[in-house]
Amino acid sequence: MAKSAVLKEVIVTLPMTPEIERDACEKASAVARSMGMSQDKIDEVKIAVIEACLNALQHSKATLREFELELSILGGAEPEALQIAVRDTGVGFSRTQLEGRKPEKPGLRKRGWGLKIIEGLMDEVHIESGASGTTVVMRKTR
Amino acid sequence: MTESMKITVDRRDGIALIYTDGYINNQGGEEIARVAYELIDGGYKRLLLNLEKTKIVNSIGISILIEIIEKMIEIDGRLAFCNLTPTIDKTFHIMGLAQYSSIYPDEASAVEQQKSAE
Repeated sequence: MAKSAVLKEVIVTLPMTPEIERDACEKASAVARSMGMSQDKIDEVKIAVIEACLNALQHSKATLREFELELSILGGAEPEALQIAVRDTGVGFSRTQLEGRKPEKPGLRKRGWGLKIIEGLMDEVHIESGASGTTVVMRKTR
Repeated sequence: MTESMKITVDRRDGIALIYTDGYINNQGGEEIARVAYELIDGGYKRLLLNLEKTKIVNSIGISILIEIIEKMIEIDGRLAFCNLTPTIDKTFHIMGLAQYSSIYPDEASAVEQQKSAE
């Protein structure tokens, strides 16, 4: 991901409680709106944030039951993009392992869509995962 | 923060129209499934989900909709969707729902198509 100047940054720590992803998506939505993003793009950001939070909530196996949401407005004279990082302190995962999973039965695959949805809705996505946790960084241009 | 999914059903010319209002997550999806299976048990084979008042979804909720689609395929029925936001439409396409169900821009065209498919 290319480096850009950070015009504004909001970092919040959220508890891993049921439906906390809605709080996170409302916070991301407010920042996206403040930088003049279109409603369609805001809606895409909201669903991507929901999926990133669900990954942390459901799959991180983090002992510390909280995660960090970092919202950064990037740009120069004007806001150009919104960058969102969702960071947990869980056990991490391997992308290759995930992609190698077989569907439960032939036909429609039901589970494991989170990352595909994030990649389909956002302009850039970068994932760092290891023994000390996972960070999903995603970017949407204004 | 938890808000339950509100669902209303309108039965029209052999088609059951299910109107959702709220977040389609696991609870929302389960609620839709409960209503859909009751309609199937009542003999309805054509279901139309009108998502006009649903603005956010998640992959768990959609996976429950996929289970309903599979059930409809088993009984040779049809599940269709209408009034999706552009983002929900995009998400459904990413998850492949569009291959197994029909998506219409509005309720009138959906009902018309469902009737003519009989």
